[in-house]
Amino acid sequence: MQPTDIRNPQYFHKVVDCQWACPAHTQVPRYIRLIAAGRYDDAYLLNWDSNVFPGILGRTCDRPCEPACRRGRVEESNGEKPEPVAICRLKRVAADNRSDGIEKRMRERLPEHIPGAERFRIACIGAGPASLALARDLAPLGYKVTIFEADARGGGFMRTQVPRFRLPEAVIDEEVGYILDLGVELVGNRRIDSLRKLLDENFDAIFVGCGAPRGRDLRIPGRDENTDKIHVGIEWLASVYFGHVKQVGRRVIVLGGGNTAMDCCRSARRLGGDDVKVIVRSGYDEMKASAWEKEDAEHEGVEILNWLNPKSFVHENGKLAGMWFTPMREEHDANGKRKLLPTSEPDRFFECDEVLIAVGQENAFPWIERDLGLEFDEWGMPKLDKLTMQSTNPKVFFGGDAAFGPKNIIWAVEHGHQAAASIHNFLQKDDVRKRPPPLTNLVSQKMGIHEWSYDNDISPDERFVVPWAPKEKTLTNIHQEVELGFDVATAWKEAQRCLNCDVQTVFTKDICIECDACVDVCPMDCITFTANGDEADLRARLTAPAENAEQDLYVSEPVKTGRVMVKDEDVCLHCGLCAERCPTGAWDMRKFLFAESYAGRGEDYSAVPAKKKVAA
Amino acid sequence: MTYLPKPKLHHPSLQRNRVGFTRRDYEGAISTLCAGCGHDSISAAIIQACWELDIEPHRVAKLSGIGCSSKTPTYFLSASHGFNTVHGRMPSVLTGANLANRELLYLGISGDGDSASIGIGQFVHAIRRGVDMVYIVENNGVYGLTKGQFSATADQGSKSKKGAVNTDAPVDMVGMALQLGASFVARSFSGDKSQLVPILKAAMSHKGASFVDVLSPCVAFNNHEGSTKSYDFIREHNHALCRMDFISGRDEITVDCPPGEVREVRQHDGSVLHLRKLPDSHDTADRVAAMNYLHACQARGEIVTGLLYVDPEAPDLHAHLETAPIAFNTLGERELCPGSATLAKINAGLR
Repeated sequence: MQPTDIRNPQYFHKVVDCQWACPAHTQVPRYIRLIAAGRYDDAYLLNWDSNVFPGILGRTCDRPCEPACRRGRVEESNGEKPEPVAICRLKRVAADNRSDGIEKRMRERLPEHIPGAERFRIACIGAGPASLALARDLAPLGYKVTIFEADARGGGFMRTQVPRFRLPEAVIDEEVGYILDLGVELVGNRRIDSLRKLLDENFDAIFVGCGAPRGRDLRIPGRDENTDKIHVGIEWLASVYFGHVKQVGRRVIVLGGGNTAMDCCRSARRLGGDDVKVIVRSGYDEMKASAWEKEDAEHEGVEILNWLNPKSFVHENGKLAGMWFTPMREEHDANGKRKLLPTSEPDRFFECDEVLIAVGQENAFPWIERDLGLEFDEWGMPKLDKLTMQSTNPKVFFGGDAAFGPKNIIWAVEHGHQAAASIHNFLQKDDVRKRPPPLTNLVSQKMGIHEWSYDNDISPDERFVVPWAPKEKTLTNIHQEVELGFDVATAWKEAQRCLNCDVQTVFTKDICIECDACVDVCPMDCITFTANGDEADLRARLTAPAENAEQDLYVSEPVKTGRVMVKDEDVCLHCGLCAERCPTGAWDMRKFLFAESYAGRGEDYSAVPAKKKVAA
Repeated sequence: MTYLPKPKLHHPSLQRNRVGFTRRDYEGAISTLCAGCGHDSISAAIIQACWELDIEPHRVAKLSGIGCSSKTPTYFLSASHGFNTVHGRMPSVLTGANLANRELLYLGISGDGDSASIGIGQFVHAIRRGVDMVYIVENNGVYGLTKGQFSATADQGSKSKKGAVNTDAPVDMVGMALQLGASFVARSFSGDKSQLVPILKAAMSHKGASFVDVLSPCVAFNNHEGSTKSYDFIREHNHALCRMDFISGRDEITVDCPPGEVREVRQHDGSVLHLRKLPDSHDTADRVAAMNYLHACQARGEIVTGLLYVDPEAPDLHAHLETAPIAFNTLGERELCPGSATLAKINAGLR
């Protein structure tokens, strides 16, 4: 194998699994250390910089970081159940414990105005996370950002569809407020029904962040009767939020297996549904809902039934009586493609009083005229540059669910960042695809022979459980938040489970004396000195086999004996024992910093006064 | 020296051996020796060898004297019996322990100071008597604990870290072991586990006095230019006598090597040593030839490593003394107190 080029920042970035997996590349280990140090404001600000909504995401994020977390891999065959660090819930700890004066510190960290930026007017359609993130990046630079929103207040899907028992309204008000207070204009109660008209208002750029607002319906027999008892999930959730729906029938069927279905069934449990079933076409494991959302629903007495395809609604004496389902099975064809087929078992009937259809969301752009130079693809989605989010009408950019279909909040935020960078370039007559390099740094953590400036001890604890409000309270009051968040002491313990993957093992081959001390001491058998070979060959003959091909091998140039040092990054604990046992300092633990650059920063990151940067 | 205990977490694919242990189960406390010490690699090799041989840790006794090397039994096999003796007296205590309980595996861990200076009288007699043990000398040529004075195994002409030249002739422990009748004699290098681990496995399976001299650089005091026991010097002058594979009696023998090149040595417990690339001139069953080869290499300035001599059928101390075939602690009251009639008979035999 060729020696690893650690000068490429993406090499070490990838080792920080959580940050690599996060669409917004939040500096996770760094903020977890800040939480452990009790520096909640700094932890919050570090989050706010990348993901803009720490309090909201600390409760509702899809947390792509957690399945990626190295802790989940190193705990394999070590104890009961391998679990990642509770990254998402630690984020909430930073939000819960931040101090009141944080807005002042936010402003101190913002980049400075760009002279002349105030000449440009930018319109955002929809006040959801994508538009808000974009506004957060552009307003401080001096751009005039106006957000048009059909509802009265900002927040979009986060406010109207995510139920209050998962996300209290005060959290949304605060975090949306931080952005609007930056001088962003929110025009509420104004639905944009024509892009042409908006273009005629002479905005310099338009950002479409309107989400995927249409819930998919299910056109099966019986759908058109008793329509007041058969609802499309996201519309029903919005009605619950606006108070139009205050109760639901005793027996409720929720169709669909995604997170919206989970929000529907849990909301139904709180509005009088005491027999709530989620009925899904495919298997339990293939359901789109996050594992923890399924667990939470089941914990609240929701029954999940799988492999049942809805066939028809049945109405008796003018009332909705129930639904028929066809039992399904899966089959893989020769190409490994999965198909769902009916089994020979008889259809099954389930009684119900009300049905919530949560089988997906669709994008719909009936308000975008087709002659504006804005092209759509065969699926009715806008044609976009995946990097810049720019449409074929150079003035119009997309982001969030409106761009590539339903994703999640954290993706919407990242789209907002990227679109903001593009719009900034576009307005400054620069190359729209230009991206300033990330801010990176690699600094030794060695303070003494056995002293590191990070806590390298490995906590043996298993993942801590977030406490819940009692069921009697949560199931009777839809506004009662279920999760109570970690207390500070538990948060500290959970933070100790983090392996500090951003503190990198850096090898300098010239001073290695090949004493084997690192090989001997490594608890995870990560390090091998051996003859070089191609990757597949090397992976098979390391101290411990490197079977996880998604994780890189760190290969050195040949050392004195002609062998190479190969380190499998897969299950490294970043405990620093290799560096501690190294007599020559050929191994060193160096903290790697990787910060994405946002609009108007990056070319000259020092525009942010140095003393106001967070150290951790 | 490391303050952090080694985390208990281990690689997910870590295997268990036939007696149900992982390699990590054979570890001890974390080493407090200097970072990079060769001794730590020897500890790791002992751990690896014991795991591969499916040895039950509680059937091992590790004995040592005083010095850096003699600290190391703390760093491996924490579930085994241990005895840290007075300086240089490990061989005597080991001999006594072995006489009382012949059913354990005895690891005598010593250094060049402990064995070639203060304990040399003990060393020669334990070897001479054929005590069934693995005598490991972790040989770095200096007194590391007292800041690097030359030890008795330092080569004439080698330089200390401060530049002083050693004028004394070295004690050649391998030569002594051969001459004193050790039935398994080998030398290896802490920096070459692919050679050291099979040698340790073969020595542990050998019945009789096994002597293994392991060159083990002292990173703090003897790893500089002018030293003859530094990592660089040993790597440059290492003359590996042969490649050895150790095949325990249980393993199916499947070594794909042309038969002409492999020499087999079968030990009493059924284990087989496969010696490859052994020069035709060398016969591991010939004690005199081994001594000659050793000295010839030495004269050429080479450090010969590998298995030099083995007598797979050698008798040990118990055979010499015709002792009871089982450990004393398993003898019953009748065997231990055979009665006044037997005593009278013994007394009569002494008149």
